[in-house]
Amino acid sequence: MGLAGLIIILLFLIAAVFAPFLWTVDPERSGEIDNVLLSPSSEFWLGTDDLARDIWSQTIYGSRVSLTVGLLAALITVVTGTLVGLTAGFYGKLIGEALMRIVDFFMMLPALPLMIVLAAVLGPSMWNIIFVVSVVSWPTTARVVRSQVLSLKERPFVEASRCIGASNFALMFSEILPNVIPLMFAQAVLMITEAIYGEAVLSFLGLGDPTTISWGSMLHFAFESGVMARALWWVIPPIASICALIVSFSLLGTAISDVLEPGYKEKRGL
Amino acid sequence: MAGLRWFALRKAIAAFLTIVAIVCANFVIFRIAPGDPIRMMFRDPRVSAKQLQAMREKFGLDKSLGGQFIAYFKGLSRGDLGLSFSQRRPVAEVLAERIPQTLLLVITALSIAVVLGVALGALAGWRSGTRFDAFILTASLTMYSIPTFSLGIILLLVFAYHLAIFPLGGIVTPASGFAGFAYAKDVLWHMFLPAFSIVIWYVGEYVLLTRSSMIDVLDQDYITTARAKGITEFGILKNHALRNALLPVVTITGVNLGFAVAGIIEAETVFSWPGVGRLVYDAVSKRDYPLLQGSFLLFAVSVVLANLAIDLIYGYIDPRIKVRD
Repeated sequence: MGLAGLIIILLFLIAAVFAPFLWTVDPERSGEIDNVLLSPSSEFWLGTDDLARDIWSQTIYGSRVSLTVGLLAALITVVTGTLVGLTAGFYGKLIGEALMRIVDFFMMLPALPLMIVLAAVLGPSMWNIIFVVSVVSWPTTARVVRSQVLSLKERPFVEASRCIGASNFALMFSEILPNVIPLMFAQAVLMITEAIYGEAVLSFLGLGDPTTISWGSMLHFAFESGVMARALWWVIPPIASICALIVSFSLLGTAISDVLEPGYKEKRGL
Repeated sequence: MAGLRWFALRKAIAAFLTIVAIVCANFVIFRIAPGDPIRMMFRDPRVSAKQLQAMREKFGLDKSLGGQFIAYFKGLSRGDLGLSFSQRRPVAEVLAERIPQTLLLVITALSIAVVLGVALGALAGWRSGTRFDAFILTASLTMYSIPTFSLGIILLLVFAYHLAIFPLGGIVTPASGFAGFAYAKDVLWHMFLPAFSIVIWYVGEYVLLTRSSMIDVLDQDYITTARAKGITEFGILKNHALRNALLPVVTITGVNLGFAVAGIIEAETVFSWPGVGRLVYDAVSKRDYPLLQGSFLLFAVSVVLANLAIDLIYGYIDPRIKVRD
């Protein structure tokens, strides 16, 4: 199952990287007025939208946005979350408590409204989307990493290093961090799915980057055009792509977790 | 009982502090917007500098940041959330109008989803490893992965447009003049698809959670003891397994309310349901910042209060809480 996920991800990756070579045209170029809202044909594999743009090209190029946002946002989220979780778990007492209060506060804020508000305020751009998605996702990682650190802290190998005179810093990064890495991977994959979803929703609501076509913005235009119902070929490719990418990363995540943490699948009854 | 009261007090204070923090954050977020908010409001280049300055004074934006903050707080305590640009009415009024519809949608959808999700999840966990379990698991993982707005769009196109079984949007059939029972039926008919979109994602999540929790619980020693005592399988399920499996589910419900908000916003947008979620979409399209700010505040505070309610319920049902503190 994880393999199936990986294959699908690779397909999308190929689409993203080799977009110009995959029988595509410029996805943003409006076409002839005669070509508006055509159903799939041999010329336009997935038909055209209301500005006569080729939907196949849009779908292929859209993978770039989803993958970029997904991977970058996940990276930022995991790095931030891990640093905070590591510090909070390790130092405990005042610093730990203070950090966790901040984490709890962020966790309490409803994700989508916060993303919408930040995106609306910061302006529509891909970097803002990445930032906004990260702001909303890092607390979960911080929490998860902190629990892990708390339990690792008590282990004998940490005490042993401390006896030898290792500094706090060294302990944190050379002893505890390596043991947290498997967790980071699992979190990273989960965060990728959250980020892909986040970008799709924000773009659908009209807060996406107006200079690039993404699956979410395709749906936004379709929805706003008023002719969505007559052009299923416009709507199905982006929805199918979003779902496929999210599901495949989920499967990959489960597979990775099983590899890094033997017995993961049995424990979860998977 | 003292433990419970102390627990409740602590939770209430925490909730209050969180709300204060949210109010401050709300202020900060909208003031860090790059660019002059007055310029954003009045983009027409024909507006003179003098008029802009007058607007600035009217909205209190000529005061210092500290002064603005105090004015903001004072306004909030009076229930004044500002004026909506696009609707030219107080934001509080606009929000108040929409809250009932959203409440109707969300309470219906969440109740169904929680009951269904917990029931299916508990059953799947109970029968873990069987084909029934595998089916439920796969179905839930799928349901959990489809963004609500995508599902909404598909449902809208298939059931509302092509099959014409359900209406295309809104809460009532316009100019129908229904009253009483017919009115209620009309509303329910309109509510079916948006509620269904929200329910699907939520059921997926609750099934996964409850199932996981049930599997953990069934592993516990007290279940083995119960079996050894000769209690029937159903008795174990009812009195021992279910109660304990539900505890983490209740905890997670609080955290999940944030996601429920996302579902509401998406479903209301796709189905044009006239609630607060749809208002957010409208506010974004029309760049109506006061309305956006007000809706955000409303959602955030509601989530905190709902969390508080759930924490108190949890404190009541988990006997360990009463004794611990």
